[in-house]
Amino acid sequence: MPTPTTSKSPESDLYTPLSGVPLTAGQLPRGAAPLTLLVVALAAVGFWQFADWSVAACAVLGALVYTLLIYTWSRIVEGSRKATDRFVTAVVTCAFLLALLPLVSVVVTVLSNGLARFDTEFFSYSMRGIVGEGGGAYHAIMGTLIITALATLISVPVGLLTAIYLVEYGRGKLAKAITFFVDVMTGIPSIVAGLFAYALFALIFGPGVRMGIMGAVALSVLMIPVVVRSTEEMLKLVPNELREASYALAVPKWRTITKVVLPTALAGIATGVTLAIARVIGETAPLLITVGITSSDNFNPFDGRMATLSVFSYYEYVNPGVPPQFSLDRAWAAALTLIIIVMVLNLIARLISRLFAPKTRG
Amino acid sequence: MAKRIEVKDLDIYYDKFLAVQGVSMTIQPRSVTALIGPSGCGKSTFLRTLNRMHELVPNARVDGKIFMDDDDLYGPGVDPVNVRRQIGMVFQRPNPFPTMSIYDNVAAGLKLNNKRMRRSEMDDVVERALRSANLWEEVKDRLGKPGSGLSGGQQQRLCIARAIAVQPDVLLMDEPCSALDPISTQAIEDLMLELKEKYTIVIVTHNMQQAARVSDMTGFFNLQGVGKPGELVEIDETTKIFSTPSKKATEDYISGRFG
Repeated sequence: MPTPTTSKSPESDLYTPLSGVPLTAGQLPRGAAPLTLLVVALAAVGFWQFADWSVAACAVLGALVYTLLIYTWSRIVEGSRKATDRFVTAVVTCAFLLALLPLVSVVVTVLSNGLARFDTEFFSYSMRGIVGEGGGAYHAIMGTLIITALATLISVPVGLLTAIYLVEYGRGKLAKAITFFVDVMTGIPSIVAGLFAYALFALIFGPGVRMGIMGAVALSVLMIPVVVRSTEEMLKLVPNELREASYALAVPKWRTITKVVLPTALAGIATGVTLAIARVIGETAPLLITVGITSSDNFNPFDGRMATLSVFSYYEYVNPGVPPQFSLDRAWAAALTLIIIVMVLNLIARLISRLFAPKTRG
Repeated sequence: MAKRIEVKDLDIYYDKFLAVQGVSMTIQPRSVTALIGPSGCGKSTFLRTLNRMHELVPNARVDGKIFMDDDDLYGPGVDPVNVRRQIGMVFQRPNPFPTMSIYDNVAAGLKLNNKRMRRSEMDDVVERALRSANLWEEVKDRLGKPGSGLSGGQQQRLCIARAIAVQPDVLLMDEPCSALDPISTQAIEDLMLELKEKYTIVIVTHNMQQAARVSDMTGFFNLQGVGKPGELVEIDETTKIFSTPSKKATEDYISGRFG
């Protein structure tokens, strides 16, 4: 047997098993953690409802109490290692629940306020000639769809080709500069994108110009970096072996990219594009500047003001009629519609990634 | 078909790093040439220069000449795509295209190059390639299924079928059996012995028994030391290399007394 050279004492001899560690340890009863959480959550709700504490205070306090409780209990019964595990699990769970609260609150608020006018009239009428009750957002829904579609039409080719350049061709300073500026573009405030589009079109058509296409340009400024980033990541995920396999079959580079690399990454790219659309469809500020708002149908993005859901919602809220309730209801219904559109887009993204994903079993 | 390859004083670089130095050898047509040697000695790098795959690595380059029959592969105006059309390659890890069916994988070399072909002709090519790769019986009922659903050994034979479907003159194999079990390895070795009737085959392998079993010529690559370039120590008939090699290093390596 080789002897350790650094240490001579028999206790620290690595070649002797330590043994003597018991195999059983104390354990909390099954379901201890979720039950404690439930009790604490109920107590927090009780304090909120009956002691008139604020929601935020109850939630944060509940999280703290639960974490402390489960940690101490586990420390007494189970020992320090498992207590640490319980502690971290509790922190993660509480963080998740706290993060979920505003989301749930938004959904509940929009649903409860928006359902009042979520009717057929809302989806089939514009606001032409409406001052009080009635009216709808048909023109705004169509406007949002048209402008977003145009923005997608502009951003997807630009973004896709940029990403292909960066991953497949880009070398040296130019590629580095493009990556840098794409990162910078990701952080551009949306109002700046709107001002850019306005300034660009004002140069050509003179000041005061309002067109749907301007909004599409502004949105694509916001969308392009997202498309580039997600597509780039997806293309990088395509194993280099596939490219080499294709080259070894004497397939030229551009054909390798179009026939092997892109199809392999298609699911991810489509998902990325859909999420990019979802990201810009609710933008308000740039559309406010470039597209404005109108109360009647205008589905021609190259001529005059158009209505969009987000701006529609904003205007109904800041310029309500008398009585204001009808306008407020329309604003909430528009917000609900927008959320539903985004949700549907996300579902479509999931569906696409499932449909286009390379299949391993058939 | 089947062409002779002649390598003259080939130096292979990764940027400024000289990876392989001074290789000269002749690879005979209709034979299997095995390249053996320790890891990192440049066997695969050398193999990849034979069909100009080496230059896909940024800043990689070579000095020296490689002739296929009378054509200089690195001559001016030579299109690497045309070189690869005549020199096919099979990789260490099976890499079927995940978006394509078994059929489309085999037909990939033709389809991706936009060869216009009648369906029946294409069927014929696919069947012949799969039969040559000893895979036809196993997959003939599920040609439309994804290629990545096959087992590792089947995938590797699929990749071989894909490589021979375009009928190259030379087939390069970079450790084609290193990820496979003995039975799949056996199948691929049998396949190599059949294919060498028509093709020039160059195989890189770590398995010396494999080199002894399948090859006619064996080349031994070695490194002088860490950070030094790899080089071809000797190349000779396989029986001679494995019985009476002329260099001491070769003998040490094949008898396991290396290092």
